[in-house]
Amino acid sequence: MLLFVLRRIGVMILTAIALTFIVFYMTNLPPNLEKLAKSEASVRMADDAVASWLESNGYGGSVFVRYGEWLGVMPGWTLTDEDGTIRGRCIESGQDPAAAARYCGILQGNWGFSTVFKQPVTEVLARSLGATGWLMLWVMIVMVPASLLLGVLSGMREGSRTDRVLSTVAITTTATPEYVSGVILIALLASATAGVSPILAEAGWIEGKTLFPGTATSAMDNITFWNFFLPVMTIALYGIGYIARMTRASMTEVMTQQYIRTARLKGVGFREVVMRHALRNALIAPFTVIMLQFPWLLNGVVIVETLFNYKGFGWTLVQAAGNNDIDTLLACSVVAVFVVLVTQLISDIGYVFLNPRIRLA
Amino acid sequence: MDDALSWGSIFLRIAAQLLPVWVALIATFALSMRYKRNLGLYGRIFDSPVGMTGFGLVMFWVFTAIFADWIITHDPLAQLSGMKNIIPGSPVKDAVEGAYPYYLLGGDHLARDVFSRMVMGARDVLKIAPAATVIAFMVGITLGLPAGYLGGKLDTTISFLSNLVLAFPVILLFYLLVTPEIRVTGIPTVLAAILFIFPVIFLTLLLNARFFTNPTKRNLYVGGILVIGLWAYSGLAFNADPLGVWSMDPNMLNVFVSVVFVNSPGVFRIVRGMVMDIKTRDYVAAGQTRGEGPWYIMLWEILPNARGPLIVDFCLRIGYTTILLGTLGFFGLGVTPESPDWGSTINYGRRLLAIAPHPAVVPAFALMSLVLGLNLLADGLREESMKD
Amino acid sequence: MSEPWDPSKPILEIENLSISFFTRLREIPAVMDFSCTVMAGEAMGLVGESGCGKSTVALAVMRYLGKNGRITGGSIRFKGRDLTNMEDEELRKIRGSEIAMIYQEPMASLNPAMKIGAQLAEVPMIHQGMAKDEAWKLARQIVADVRLPDPDRIINAYPHQLSGGQQQRIVIAMALMSKPALLILDEPTTALDVTVEAGIVDLVKELGTKYGTSMLFISHNLGLVLDVCDRLCVMYSGEAVETGNVEEVFDKMRHPYTQALFRSIPLPGADKNSRPLVAIPGNFPLPHERPNGCNFGPRCDYFTDGRCNAQDIPMAQVPGDDRHETRCIRSTEIDWNAPLAAVKMVEKTPIGRVVLKLDDLKKYYSVSGSAFGGGAGKVVKANETLSFEAREGETLAIVGESGCGKSTFAKVLMGLETATSGQIMLFDENVQNTPIQMRDTGTISKLQMVFQNPFDTLNPSSTVGRQIIRALEIFKFGNSDEERSARMLELLDLVKLPRAFAERMPRQLSGGQKQRVGIARAFAGGAKVVVADEPVSALDVSVQAAVTDLLMDIQRKNKTTLLFISHDLSIVRYLSDRVMVMYLGHVVEMGTTDQVFQPPYHPYTEALLSAVPIADTRVQKKRIVLEGDIPSAVNPPPGCPFQTRCRWKSQVANGLCDREVPPVRMLEGGHQIKCHLPDEVFATMEPVIKIAAE
Repeated sequence: MLLFVLRRIGVMILTAIALTFIVFYMTNLPPNLEKLAKSEASVRMADDAVASWLESNGYGGSVFVRYGEWLGVMPGWTLTDEDGTIRGRCIESGQDPAAAARYCGILQGNWGFSTVFKQPVTEVLARSLGATGWLMLWVMIVMVPASLLLGVLSGMREGSRTDRVLSTVAITTTATPEYVSGVILIALLASATAGVSPILAEAGWIEGKTLFPGTATSAMDNITFWNFFLPVMTIALYGIGYIARMTRASMTEVMTQQYIRTARLKGVGFREVVMRHALRNALIAPFTVIMLQFPWLLNGVVIVETLFNYKGFGWTLVQAAGNNDIDTLLACSVVAVFVVLVTQLISDIGYVFLNPRIRLA
Repeated sequence: MDDALSWGSIFLRIAAQLLPVWVALIATFALSMRYKRNLGLYGRIFDSPVGMTGFGLVMFWVFTAIFADWIITHDPLAQLSGMKNIIPGSPVKDAVEGAYPYYLLGGDHLARDVFSRMVMGARDVLKIAPAATVIAFMVGITLGLPAGYLGGKLDTTISFLSNLVLAFPVILLFYLLVTPEIRVTGIPTVLAAILFIFPVIFLTLLLNARFFTNPTKRNLYVGGILVIGLWAYSGLAFNADPLGVWSMDPNMLNVFVSVVFVNSPGVFRIVRGMVMDIKTRDYVAAGQTRGEGPWYIMLWEILPNARGPLIVDFCLRIGYTTILLGTLGFFGLGVTPESPDWGSTINYGRRLLAIAPHPAVVPAFALMSLVLGLNLLADGLREESMKD
Repeated sequence: MSEPWDPSKPILEIENLSISFFTRLREIPAVMDFSCTVMAGEAMGLVGESGCGKSTVALAVMRYLGKNGRITGGSIRFKGRDLTNMEDEELRKIRGSEIAMIYQEPMASLNPAMKIGAQLAEVPMIHQGMAKDEAWKLARQIVADVRLPDPDRIINAYPHQLSGGQQQRIVIAMALMSKPALLILDEPTTALDVTVEAGIVDLVKELGTKYGTSMLFISHNLGLVLDVCDRLCVMYSGEAVETGNVEEVFDKMRHPYTQALFRSIPLPGADKNSRPLVAIPGNFPLPHERPNGCNFGPRCDYFTDGRCNAQDIPMAQVPGDDRHETRCIRSTEIDWNAPLAAVKMVEKTPIGRVVLKLDDLKKYYSVSGSAFGGGAGKVVKANETLSFEAREGETLAIVGESGCGKSTFAKVLMGLETATSGQIMLFDENVQNTPIQMRDTGTISKLQMVFQNPFDTLNPSSTVGRQIIRALEIFKFGNSDEERSARMLELLDLVKLPRAFAERMPRQLSGGQKQRVGIARAFAGGAKVVVADEPVSALDVSVQAAVTDLLMDIQRKNKTTLLFISHDLSIVRYLSDRVMVMYLGHVVEMGTTDQVFQPPYHPYTEALLSAVPIADTRVQKKRIVLEGDIPSAVNPPPGCPFQTRCRWKSQVANGLCDREVPPVRMLEGGHQIKCHLPDEVFATMEPVIKIAAE
């Protein structure tokens, strides 16, 4: 077991290195660097001026060396200016070059400086991850129980009317990506000219013009039902349908197994069969699905935070990518890749734990 | 100046505008129902209400895309004065003689006709999504078959690479892969060069494995595939078709390649899993004991028997690709501002949701119904293919 | 018990039961007008081929027919109460407490995520409201009752940690947890090896007597029914065709189907040359294509037009016997004792030169230590020093149970795997280290294989003709498509299939027909040596005879060497010239068929012979039941591979069996036995099977 986990972690680290290198390479492509130079120094720079600016700011060497520096496994670059001052990756302005550390990459906690937010990337990340954490928490609280319940109820009697209705609901929500459901929910519940809000406002049942606010910016300071309902539902809806369908498939398969027949013919009642015999076997597959859902949830987060103007991780990623903020984008990628890989690891290990057939084999 | 149309007459007018679609749908359904017993799996869609609904929805959009030129009421790019954000059913101000007198589903923030843009958007989506899915399938199959069948180092390597792509959050990948800057570096062309060669490899292997016992036939078929395939390849990947028949706009190529790239690992995984299951069957062993080559066994003994789940996945994946294309549009990646595709229309519309929801809601429902149709169709197919 | 029940009355009384399945297109009658009675303490056998409706009857008694199945007529009375219109809640109380069921596939029938103890204890907890620890105590006791070793460990184990035989014992234990009055056994041993089956059968019989339980025993194996049951009911195409005491039905059958069934199974005395089996002509009718009148009519030798197909045939009493009934209107007219008409005798094929010679063949696999990789690798010795010769026109049977290495041997021979060491000479050519990709077409087409599972042997997405033509293309037969397609039709003729089948898809063929196509494909390149891996074990008995016959026919015509891999000793005795018995990768005994089936035996052969059920009342068998299960090939015992289960072990001095692998002993006539037993002990061995004098 330990060996299995160690192997998985080994593969995970290898994957992480490969992925971060790809991101590093892609964000440090010559055109991006040229844009960076022009935005940092002067927009009307000639090509050779750009080249020398990049050279003197440590963007010169090979991409592998720069990746190593960024990661913190290679010593940071140092340059001696014409006037004799020594500048370098690890040397803060005014600091004595001799006292500066040799290595300063993300492994040493140096994540760089955001050109968009004008503050260290670590601060940007901490703030935005905090905000997204709350969003994810509520999404999970809504999504997991709802989807499992939906899936189990519809899978327990395949072909029944409950099954047909619930399956249709699930299939519809999986056909609705976040940018569609978000738009529809806003139009329905948060538009002054359409949906239910004008009717409610006319009847005097709501105070403002709309039932829900169309943005979630206020939730950054204070989360309430009203400002968080729409973003949470928008992300959760797609996931609910998806996980419910997986659960249903798994449940219907389990219900046709011979050991369910054995249990029924032992005289176990239907409810008991579902609860005691079917559920545990049926939930193994959805568990891994929920875990593997994370990359997609990340998508949802990016869309919803953009749509509702909630300044979390996804919003930051979009800002960084749109404004060529290389350090922030790299940091966001590291976090995203890390989250995905860790959930994959949990899913693998959890699968082994949930399934006694594998555990002791 | 006339009053705006009521919702009832808006619907009637839209229905009238879609007349070619209705005719085509009725013809398709009537013919299919009549001959459904002779049409194999396709025919059996018509035994399942779910499958039929899905098929209907999908074909509705397919026909809409085909007949788009007849259906639209206005030029989807034309901006008419005074029609900005106007509500559905509004009459066109200062209408030119002979032009359609209403904006059936209103106007958008640049005073363009929402209905016509939605119809043209269908054409945009249905041009890319199925083609990208087909290429992704060829890539996934060509790599998944040997990985599953031969296993070993090859399998480990390809599986690692595919997991690498799968571990990338899609949006991040798009932000890195679909940018104007990246086009300068030539990375999309390199990717296209790699991905577009797979269909040619796939078809060549397929025919060679089957006909190598008969060299005359083999040379004819494989030669034909190589000539046409490489010709198309040179045009699509490198824009270097000497005759100028095959070409792709660099913007479009960038989007297309990214979507294929994101989809292929998923297909690879499914194919690999199915191959590992099917390769234990006796008919595979029978092929081996009569000395068949590995590619014959993979392509002619294993692949045809994996077709059921692959067809189902194909439908689901077109839907997924449609969602991805919408996502790209939503973030304004890889599309021109005036493009009528649904994703970017939603993106522009969402900023004014509070006052004028229709420019965003209309394409949102369009996209949802197409994906829903594909999902339902996949469900129906799955149900029917399991009934044997 | 709420109402008193008179134990002299039948426990189970089924009267005129009809069951149908409803699909979207039509109603499919599965069982028609079925009646049978089971008295207290009686064991009733339900026999028939697949699709005859026997399992449907069993599930109907449990009222578990699924969404589409419905009882359309008749009644099922259990202790006088009608089950057909019982409420769900009442049914639930009967299920598991008064009627319990044992299933065909023990692994699938146990919940993989629950401990054995919990699954067992559940029964008394539901039905008697027993407390949890008391129920677990009872579970432990019953586990000991079904003679499982170390019950404390077992009740805390998960199903996958037990072997197939142990799992089946657990399923039996589960059925006995609340001492039911009626036990339904649905093919309880079909998925098990023969020596394990013998143990289970013994256990079932013993427990039946001990608890006085009535049994409904469903099987396709007549021998097993003779072993276990007092009475039996033969089913054909949804109807009971004959019912009565086991002895009476076996010795005085009064229905043509029963008779045909007995003539198609290889009983002792049958021989491929002098007394060949008689296959039942034609095919089993599909449920919606049943003929008028007698369902067996179209395949019956005694069929008379205008009578047998005029009206529905009722069950009729056979005069003079105890509750012996038959569904044949001509039962009193037929001369049941007439000898088989016109037995076609065949000349024995002459045995020719050596075509295949194996010398000291070894095949070892290395497997990783645990499921998660890593750990020290282990070596599985799948084949250990295999040496033998096979001659032209000869049938060599390779006999053994699961894990004995017979399939590995087939793979090595075919070139799908390469041997670890040793030689394989095929027609003076050493093919041992030549994998199939490197062999030339001639070698490949000379050495072909027939596979076990008819549902798997043909590619489901390609027509029958196409698959045979492909083999011809690969074997470089003919110069044009026309030539090959003509040859393909000839091959269909050879395996006695209509030429129209060339256009059919495999799913339109029955199991036996598919197996014939598989044979045609194997012989496409004029194969000289054919490995047949259990070619008939998945087929119904009546079809088995026809396919076996076909194989023998083609062998005679082509002078083919047949390597017949099987676990079924009856069929092996019937068709083979020489026999090789394998156990855990070792050849434990080899000789001519007569030598192997007569003493002296290897102790394993002896047990195997005793374990095979024989459907003949005249046969007396010595009962030898092996202890335990076949050891895993990954972890074989030290010394003699068979020492863990051998009943003769005590006769060998100094514990030699524990330490050393026995040498191969040459007895007279080339008879080889791998055993430490001294000659004196061999001399005292008695034959296992004796046919009582008539």
